[in-house]
Amino acid sequence: MLVHSRKGRWSAWAIFLALFLPLFALPLLVIAVASFSTNWSGAFPSGFTSGHYEKAIRGASLQALTTSLLTAAAASVLALAAGGWAALAAHSLRSRGRRVLDALFMLPVAVPSVVVGLAVLVAFSKPPMLLNGTRWIVIIAHTILVTAFAYQSVSAAVKRLDPAYEQAAASLGARPAYVLWKVKLPLLLPSLNAAAGLCFALSMGELSATIMLYPPDWLPLPVSIYTATDRGSLFTGSALAVVLMGTTLLVLLGLSRIRTKATYR
Amino acid sequence: MADATTTEPRLRQPRDTATGGSWAGKMPGAKRRGRGRTQAWLWALPPVAVLALVFLYPLALVIQQSFTTDMGETSAEPYSEVFASQAFRDALGTTVWLAVGSTIGCLVLGFVLATIVAFVPFPGSRAVAKFIDVFLSFPSFLITLALLFIYGTVGMANGIWTDATGASAGPIDFLTTPWGVLLAEVTFFTPFVMRPLLAAFSQLDTAQLEVASSLGARPLRIIRQIILPEALPALGAGGALVLVMTLNEFGIVLFTGAKDVTTLPMLVYSKAILESDYTAACVVAVVNIAISVGLYSLYRVVSRRAGA
Repeated sequence: MLVHSRKGRWSAWAIFLALFLPLFALPLLVIAVASFSTNWSGAFPSGFTSGHYEKAIRGASLQALTTSLLTAAAASVLALAAGGWAALAAHSLRSRGRRVLDALFMLPVAVPSVVVGLAVLVAFSKPPMLLNGTRWIVIIAHTILVTAFAYQSVSAAVKRLDPAYEQAAASLGARPAYVLWKVKLPLLLPSLNAAAGLCFALSMGELSATIMLYPPDWLPLPVSIYTATDRGSLFTGSALAVVLMGTTLLVLLGLSRIRTKATYR
Repeated sequence: MADATTTEPRLRQPRDTATGGSWAGKMPGAKRRGRGRTQAWLWALPPVAVLALVFLYPLALVIQQSFTTDMGETSAEPYSEVFASQAFRDALGTTVWLAVGSTIGCLVLGFVLATIVAFVPFPGSRAVAKFIDVFLSFPSFLITLALLFIYGTVGMANGIWTDATGASAGPIDFLTTPWGVLLAEVTFFTPFVMRPLLAAFSQLDTAQLEVASSLGARPLRIIRQIILPEALPALGAGGALVLVMTLNEFGIVLFTGAKDVTTLPMLVYSKAILESDYTAACVVAVVNIAISVGLYSLYRVVSRRAGA
């Protein structure tokens, strides 16, 4: 306890609320309210409607949602496979090799996502790997962008792993592949799950690289939110944004429920 | 979480000596261990190859394209062209000051908020920590979308003003200026500073605070002499991360839709997609990569020093 006087404590809380509510709580609240309104010119919105949602869960918008979900799921699985493999491989290397792999796999975080989009567009628009105009180019870009986060969380978890378990298994004659499958991976399951959640959320909200390369028949939700607000349909955009946030949270919640089960198994 | 990080060095010590090279040569298994190392490298190869194919090779192509003129010759001419253009210089200036300004804003705001949450706890302060985690998983452009309703020309703030004064239009009109981007970036990235700070504060021994305050130190002095020094590594790491992310931020700038706020990522997008001038886009991209990768390496060094 830093502040002991009651007055001081209340003023600290007042400062907190004065900063926290308008900056963080208000934006989310405003989007939620706007998604139910027909009109907002003045202090408060007017005209309650659920029409924006009826539009948001039908036709092109529904397709955008499924596109986003499929892209995020594919990108998360691919990123977990590549990033997790790399993290496990890096762990068995010595310090210099580990540092090289760390640098390589963390590089996509430092490179602007727009530039990742541009690079993928440049590379996959010509013959050897002609993927421009297909959905795969979007999935590849998302995978590149989220692999770093999968790598980071798995490698942090591998470092914290108690080596006694695998040593015990190995001393009892288990082969490396068996140790990996029966000892290491089950112990890593909670952090793999957390990494999957992170990758999924990031991919669901990805706009910068996607807008560089989405084909007309594979249009993720963030892009349709942008086109809606760019046309001036802010209320439709808000409803789509609420759908995006809600779906992301639902998936994260589902993953964390699986995680608690895996931890207490 | 806290437990795991504190026990990590102890766990690592025996393993490092067990595999250390000093006496490995006398072991009968030394040869096998050498083969194990090659095998470890072989195992690392497939993911690295995939990364090289889908990420490093495309990056190399971007760099190559940035040195190729319209005639197909290799020269630095595209660079001198782009550097000479006013649009690029403006974008570079805007990008840097927006990133530095938002980072400072995030650091100050994040420190104040995290200090209150950690040391003047109130009912619901744990919920705030959860809320921050959730906030981090949302895309950045949502903030700009919300700001349009709050501070837009016919939004909430102006509406309250016109209701109160009877004027026809409100005075608030900064969303399409860099200040609007700054506000959105400070809002969105402050949680990225708060999270490492809260983690650092949870490991701080509160007895120090009790002793200091029982000896008569006022709260501000405790903050200056105990909390701030403890928070410095986390502030450094969080601040550097936010600096890199604000340099690369695109969604917020795109959603403001202002013609006069152009940052480097925005310039890459408009050159490549709107003008189809890929060479210029690649030049801007290379500059952007150089700045942010340089800063990110600095961040890694700083955060490793900080023991993160």
